[in-house]
Amino acid sequence: MSVLVIAEHNNKRLKAVTLNTIGAAKQLDNDIHILVAGSSCNSAVESAAKTENITKVLKINSKELSHVTAENIAPIIADLAKNYTHVLAPASTFGKNILPHAAALLDVQQISDISAIIDNDTFERPVYAGNAIATVKSSDDIKLITVRSIAFEPSSNEGGNAHIENIPSKGKSKLSSFVALRETISDRPELTSAKIIIAGGRGIGSASNFALIEKLANKIGAAVGASRAAVDAGYIPNDCQIGQTGKIVAPDLYIAIGISGAIQHLTGIKDSKIIVAINNDENAPIFQVADYGLVADLFDAVPELENKL
Amino acid sequence: MKILVPIKRVIDYNVKIHVKADETGVDLANVKMSLNPFDEIAVEEAVRLKEAGKTSEIIVVSIGSEKAQEQIRTAIAMGADRGILVQTDDPIDLGGIEPLAVAKILKILVEKENPDFVLMGKQSIDDDSNQTGQMLSALLGWAQGTFASAIEVNNKSIIVTREIDGGRETLKLKMPAVITTDLRLNEPRYAKLSDIIKAKKKELEIISINTLDIDCSPRLKIIKVTEPPARQNGIKVSNVDELIDKLKNEAKVLS
Ligand SMILES: Cc1cc2nc3c(=O)[nH]c(=O)nc-3n(C[C@H](O)[C@H](O)[C@H](O)COP(=O)(O)OP(=O)(O)OC[C@H]3O[C@@H](n4cnc5c(N)ncnc54)[C@H](O)[C@@H]3O)c2cc1C
Repeated sequence: MSVLVIAEHNNKRLKAVTLNTIGAAKQLDNDIHILVAGSSCNSAVESAAKTENITKVLKINSKELSHVTAENIAPIIADLAKNYTHVLAPASTFGKNILPHAAALLDVQQISDISAIIDNDTFERPVYAGNAIATVKSSDDIKLITVRSIAFEPSSNEGGNAHIENIPSKGKSKLSSFVALRETISDRPELTSAKIIIAGGRGIGSASNFALIEKLANKIGAAVGASRAAVDAGYIPNDCQIGQTGKIVAPDLYIAIGISGAIQHLTGIKDSKIIVAINNDENAPIFQVADYGLVADLFDAVPELENKL
Repeated sequence: MKILVPIKRVIDYNVKIHVKADETGVDLANVKMSLNPFDEIAVEEAVRLKEAGKTSEIIVVSIGSEKAQEQIRTAIAMGADRGILVQTDDPIDLGGIEPLAVAKILKILVEKENPDFVLMGKQSIDDDSNQTGQMLSALLGWAQGTFASAIEVNNKSIIVTREIDGGRETLKLKMPAVITTDLRLNEPRYAKLSDIIKAKKKELEIISINTLDIDCSPRLKIIKVTEPPARQNGIKVSNVDELIDKLKNEAKVLS
């Protein structure tokens, strides 16, 4: 038996988190199939076929899947799952939305957000906002798993030559329908795969001040992130939130500016290689995890940093 | 219109947790427990819908120990009409009643109470699974709207705006539906003292989990629970020049 990965893609190519998910699948089995379900998704299917470690691509190309909803795709996953030992999806909002729906259809207790694979039944996963790590052993026949992308090395997007198999769509669910998508358009790197992230918090003070962060990020090719407080205050879009309920990141360099360091934020950054904190409160908890702390007013330090880099 | 709001008693989000020395779990003895923050947002949204005349009844449901009555009373003080506790002595964070079992229990209650929709937190801050709403939607065959940051309830449908990785997505859900809340849906109110006192007199039905014919035994065995590896202590730099020097020459993360 083999492992099935559910691809997150944009119909043109696989998202980076899918490559990390394949990286996790590799630890379970050599025979890895991938489901690419979408509409006008030929390019994504081809890129999946070329991905290292993939032996078969299951392709569903259907207008009905131009906007994938859980109600549409979970029954397909549940049917396919019966041929596999493990079904893996990225622990992104895409995977979190669809996989538990499929798990319930199969009467399987999903294992969420794994950060390590001990053996084919046993996994580590962070709980309590990452303040504890639970090692769990599943007794279900099929394992449905979402994967914390930063914990697994990505597979390469070249070197593979997988067979492509067409499978039919199950039609469109009448339960829900797509209305609109407001996409955040940005030329900067994606947070979950960025090498450098500059993140701003409530200390930035306003949406217009956030330009300070963006300028610095542009100068060094970094991604831009934020605390919940900065997103709540409307300084920056929701998908920039890092933490327990936002994105989990692990860049080489994370620079937290005007962020206090609440546990819900720290859980999203503590696997970063180097953490820098710039904050004018020397007692801010962020300094307890920062490799380099600078106690300073951000309105002085950030422009100076930008100038000198 | 009737709304069912499932809620959970969890460790307060401000508490620094301690892993038990024998690695069997997290120490919950004598720590402050609260209503799960996402569930609080769900209760608040239901109460706002009621205040806007969109719904007539809000039923809160919790699965947990006898003590979860406190959280049900909190939700009632915020504006819910009545509560149901499905009582169990099993743990509800790890190694006990898991999301799939919770979804099965909720399905039974939905069939009994016939709500028009279920509004619940997207995740509980103890086991961080983010599964129960999606599972309930699957078991009921109802429409699913997860991670909601805005909802608009109409006669036969609900418009849900979802927070997703690439931005925001809007879906139209046919009723009945299951909706899970994200952080930015609203800011929950504090219950007034007078309402907390009044809530003590409201109806709270207790059902023993054993009377529901469901196999709730855990599928995920907890092998151990450990502390995450700690980060090494860092240093303070005295100015921007020193910071740049460290990043380039010591950490070598900038060139
Ligand atoms: C269920 C739940 C989930 C949550 N999930 C998340 C999550 O995923 N991500 C997240 O980030 N948070 C999350 N939170 C919120 C978290 O608890 C904190 O409220 C939030 O992280 C605080 O953001 P902040 O650090 O920007 O703001 P604050 O805590 O207000 O900190 C602002 C900091 O800016 C500093 N500052 C102010 N002015 C200046 C200046 N001129 N120069 C330098 N420094 C300055 C201050 O000293 C302060 O340390 C969650 C909370 C709950 C309850």
